Amino acid sequence: MNDLIAANKRRTLFLMVGFVVVVLLVGWAVGAVVGNGATGTSVAAVIAAVMAFTSYWKSDAIALRVSRAVPASEEEYRRLHNLVEGLCIAGGLPKPRVYVIHDPAPNAFATGRNPKHAALAFTTGLLEQMNRVELEGVVAHELSHIKNYDILVSTLAVTLVGTVAIVTDIAIRTMWWNGGRVHRSGDHADRNNPLAFVGLALLILAPLVAKAMQAAVSRRRETLADVSAVRLTRYPPGLISALEKLQADSTVTHSASMATAHMWIEQPMAGVGDAGHLGAWHKLFNTHPPLGERIALLREI
Amino acid sequence: MNVAWILVAILVVVIVATFVLYNALVRRRNEVDNAWSQIDVQLKRRLDLIPNLVETVKGYAAHERVALEAVIAARSNAMAAGGTPHEQAAADNQLSGALRQLFALAEAYPDLKANQGFVSLQEELANTESRIAYARQFYSDAVLAYNTAIQAVPGVVVARLFGFAPREYFEAEEAARDVPRVQF
Repeated sequence: MNDLIAANKRRTLFLMVGFVVVVLLVGWAVGAVVGNGATGTSVAAVIAAVMAFTSYWKSDAIALRVSRAVPASEEEYRRLHNLVEGLCIAGGLPKPRVYVIHDPAPNAFATGRNPKHAALAFTTGLLEQMNRVELEGVVAHELSHIKNYDILVSTLAVTLVGTVAIVTDIAIRTMWWNGGRVHRSGDHADRNNPLAFVGLALLILAPLVAKAMQAAVSRRRETLADVSAVRLTRYPPGLISALEKLQADSTVTHSASMATAHMWIEQPMAGVGDAGHLGAWHKLFNTHPPLGERIALLREI
Repeated sequence: MNVAWILVAILVVVIVATFVLYNALVRRRNEVDNAWSQIDVQLKRRLDLIPNLVETVKGYAAHERVALEAVIAARSNAMAAGGTPHEQAAADNQLSGALRQLFALAEAYPDLKANQGFVSLQEELANTESRIAYARQFYSDAVLAYNTAIQAVPGVVVARLFGFAPREYFEAEEAARDVPRVQF
C-alpha cells in the first residue's frame, strides 16, 4: 500500500510537470495567434501559478461550496460519523470533516490536499438508500481516496483543466477583438506566419487533451480506491452491493458540475457511464470506469 | 586510482542504502507501536464505561449477581492483562462474552431497557467494540507491513544487522471482528 501511495505522489509530480508544459504550450499558442509569443507564455504562467496556489490551499472549500455541501451535525448523522471514525481508526487516518449534500441522487466525494486537511461529502440520497455495510463500503472508498492522495491528484487535475479552459477562452476572445483574424491587421510581416496556425490548432486541441488527461488520471484512481476500500472493510460484498445500487439508480446528481465530475464515487452526469460497453471515444472522456467493470473486478477479490 | 574511486563509490552507495532501509524499518516499527497504542485507547474507553453500566443495571436488576460479577471480574482481568497481543486478546474476549451475557439478561427487564442512560451506554459500548475491532485491524495491517519488510530482501539484511524482531499478530482477530456485528 505504501508503495502505491509513493507511486501516486510521483504521478502527482508528473502531472504537475505535464500541467506546466501544457499551460506554457497553450500560452505560447495564444501568443503565436495574437502575435507575441513571450507575452502569451508569461500571462499563462502567471495564471497557472495563481490557479495552482489557490487550488492547493482552497480546493476543498471551493469543491464543497460548488456542491452546496453543509457540515453534517454529530447528532443528526450519528451513524455516518461513527462509520467514518471507525474506518479512520482502521486506516490510521485522522478523522476528516464530514459534510452532507441535500440531493436525492446517491453519490459521494472526498476532497482536500492531504489526510490532515480532508473532507468527505455524502448526498442525503446516498444516506437514505444504503444500509450499514453498503455505506461502510462507500465511506471506505472515499477514505481510500484520501489515504492514497487521490484528492491532491484530482485537485491538480481540476486546476489543469480549468487553467487551460481560461487561457483558451482568453485567446479566442482576443481573436474576436481582432476581427476574427488570426493576426493583427496591417501586420504584413506576420501574414504568412505558419506558427499562428499551429497555435490555433493547439488552442482547439488543448482543452480536449486536458479533459482526456483528467479522465485517464481519474479512472485509475477509482479502481485503486475500490480495491483499497475492500482492504479496509475486509468485506467486498458491502461495496459491491453499494455499486449495484448506484448502477440501478439513474438519478442525475444535480449538485455536481462538469468540473467536479471526477471526484464523485459514481459518474454524476447523465448519458454516459453505466452502460456495459462504451465506444473508445466515450471511454477517453469518462472520468470513471463503467460500474459493471468495477463490480466485476471486486467480485474477483 | 580508478579502482579506489570505484570502491569508494560502492561503499558510499552501500552506506546510503543502509540508512534508507534502516529508516524505513524504523518507520514501520513505529507504525506498529502506534497501532498498538490505538487499540489500548479504545480498550481503556470500554473499561471506563463498565462501572457506569454495572451501577445502572444494579438499580433495576440487582439480583442478577452472577452476570454482574462476571463482568466486574472480566474487567479487572482485562485491566491486569499484560503486554502481549495474545494475552490481551484472551482477557478482552472474556470481557466481551460477559458483557454480551449481561445485555442478553437485560432483555428481561423492560424498565431497564427503557432507561435512557442504559440505552446510551449500550450504544457507546457497541460503538467502542467496533472501534476496537477496527483498531486491531489497523494493528494487523501494520504488523503485516513490518514483518514483510524485515523478512524480505533487502530489508532482511538490515533487520538482522540491527536486531529488528518480528511482531506478533492479533490471533483472535477474526473472532473479535465478529463481535461488533452482534447487536446487544
